Amino acid sequence: MQTYTLDHLKELESEAIYVLREVYAQFDRPVIMFSGGKDSIVVSHLAKKAFYPAKIPFPFLHIDTGHNFPETIRFRDDLVAALGVQLIVGSVAESIQNGRVIEERGFNASRNTLQTTTLLDTIEEYAIDCAIGGGRRDEEKARAKERFFSHRDEFGQWDPKNQRPELWNLFNGKKQMGEHFREFPKSNWTEMDVWQYILEENIDIPSLYFSHEREVVERQGTFLPFSSFLNLKPGEEIVRKKVRFRTLGDITITGGVESNAVTLEQIVTEVAASRETERGNRADDKRSETAMEDRKKEGYF
Amino acid sequence: MIQSTQSELLRFTTAGSVDDGKSTLIGRLLYDSKSIFEDQLESVRKVSEQRGLEHVELALLTDGLKDEREQGITIDVAYRYFATPRRKFIIADTPGHIQYTRNMVTGASTANLALILVDARKGVIEQTCRHAIIASLLQIPHLILCVNKMDLVDYSEEVYNEVVSEFRSFASKLDIKDLRYLPISALHGDNVVNNSTHMPWYKGPSLLYNLETIHIGSDENLIDCRFPVQTVIRPHSEEFPDYRAYAGKVAGGIFKPGDEVTILPSGFQSKIKSIDTHDGSVEKAFPPMSVAIRLEDDYDLGRGDMIVRTHNQPSASQDIDFMMCWLNQNPPRPKTKYIVRQTTNEVKGIIKEVYYKMDINTLHRLEKDKSIQMNDILRVKIRTTHPLLVDPYRKNRHTGSLILIDPATYETVAAGMII
Repeated sequence: MQTYTLDHLKELESEAIYVLREVYAQFDRPVIMFSGGKDSIVVSHLAKKAFYPAKIPFPFLHIDTGHNFPETIRFRDDLVAALGVQLIVGSVAESIQNGRVIEERGFNASRNTLQTTTLLDTIEEYAIDCAIGGGRRDEEKARAKERFFSHRDEFGQWDPKNQRPELWNLFNGKKQMGEHFREFPKSNWTEMDVWQYILEENIDIPSLYFSHEREVVERQGTFLPFSSFLNLKPGEEIVRKKVRFRTLGDITITGGVESNAVTLEQIVTEVAASRETERGNRADDKRSETAMEDRKKEGYF
Repeated sequence: MIQSTQSELLRFTTAGSVDDGKSTLIGRLLYDSKSIFEDQLESVRKVSEQRGLEHVELALLTDGLKDEREQGITIDVAYRYFATPRRKFIIADTPGHIQYTRNMVTGASTANLALILVDARKGVIEQTCRHAIIASLLQIPHLILCVNKMDLVDYSEEVYNEVVSEFRSFASKLDIKDLRYLPISALHGDNVVNNSTHMPWYKGPSLLYNLETIHIGSDENLIDCRFPVQTVIRPHSEEFPDYRAYAGKVAGGIFKPGDEVTILPSGFQSKIKSIDTHDGSVEKAFPPMSVAIRLEDDYDLGRGDMIVRTHNQPSASQDIDFMMCWLNQNPPRPKTKYIVRQTTNEVKGIIKEVYYKMDINTLHRLEKDKSIQMNDILRVKIRTTHPLLVDPYRKNRHTGSLILIDPATYETVAAGMII
């Protein structure tokens, strides 16, 4: 008997494609927020599929903290060129120069929080009405409450207690002047789904996700990559380790895990066996119990 | 262990009242399927300790917002994910108290299955009925009633049978296609993942086995072909100079190249030339596939149009009767021209008539009470500026559902199931 069902990855893919097409139909100036991480890479892949054989009808928006892994920037430029999409860069360094934000000090200083201001300024400058992100509900407890179409007020803020109900697949992207939306086509994906999908679709990802040897500093139970942006605490030392990254953010806050995984298959196996969440190595989430919710309310990704 | 990539997705919603063990059950499903990570558990353990609790409060896993954690309540629908080698699961966990109807309706709208918990000591209570009525109204195809806390009634078969027969007589008034019962103890894990040794009289499979094997392949309507157009794909490129395809998600039926189709609302007829995806053309498109359809003829279709089979069409109507769930804290303003969104279509509509309010604890029709407040479910009629292409919600959840958007605030104020 012929069955008319999709396996879970195909169903999630179809859902994401539907959502991306809704964005295109409901908004004037949407962008894809592109960080160079696996989630935004998968979103680009889904967008390519959603509008094929036409080009992706959204520019990419990269909020550049200046504290990048060099590999990420190379990867970004190659992908943008291959897809033939426009790239908009919002620079945190510029926001600092203009006095919009003040650089953090201390050993755990990062530009992670500062990004929010740059992001909101860029959204305003380019009159962006919808910023598509790769965020997933399984990532973090505040994100578990996030909608596919997530409303932001004129200050770019998220009001988690007063979200619009989202029923069936009838998405409401209506907004007042000056407001915008964040939109998450991969809301229902898990980390495992993302890796299985990357494997199944053979999607190119930065080499940082695979095991490699590099200089790291152990801090708060994770291996932070050593770079000129990292201030060493007394007693901390630089060691060489075989690590890979489960998420990619700013080089100052993205910790690696010890790993020997050099193929996608090995990564999938490792993720399946992992007993820690992928964001467990993110210093930005460790600042407080509700660090993500607090940042999201302000307008963070 | 590597999960098979060939597994289906089951979306289910959980409902229960305070203290009936819903969070414990979800916690157990997540924990036993190894979907809770050490750092999540550690953080929940720490917070539980800080609060002076003796047990690890698994509800903290789903209650993610600051206010929820501080007040110990669930404010909003929380989505949770877990997987077994057989299936992937999405749980829409809805709170039992605050804004219960609004959240339950939201969670139920995309679910294949509803899980309702009752406390074996209390039996069927008002909330149980309310949850079952909403599951029936939202046409969730499968419902499992878990009689929980069996450990507190000495795993008594008699108590279980009483609860089941009580629920069965109530459920006979409902429209539920597949109804199952299960005696469990979420706290001790009886019949949750593994079969209970305490209840040898229960011969059925465990809850997880039910969740893993319930047949969901027939949950979508595969008979009535419906393809609402989302957007038009026109590359205007050198490689594809004249390409024009209609992008959308199949809302019903099975489409094949060569099918004779009618385009609504224009009524033009054509044939399907090909059904395209990025990975190539496909021979069949069925729900919930997202595809792009090309037609033999060059008609100018747009968003809101629908491609259907010529001999099987939805009705086009400007007067639409539906069961409405009001979702907003403010009641409707008189004569407001609401934005009506149904499939990919958008029109204006005025609530013309309220027939009755439904008592969602008893199913009674309150013909005299026509006031509309948040969480109310009423039968109403709207008149729209243009015809909508609709099917009864019972026949098709995609073409039979709609939402109302307030034209002033742009909030989603109501959900409707077309009759």
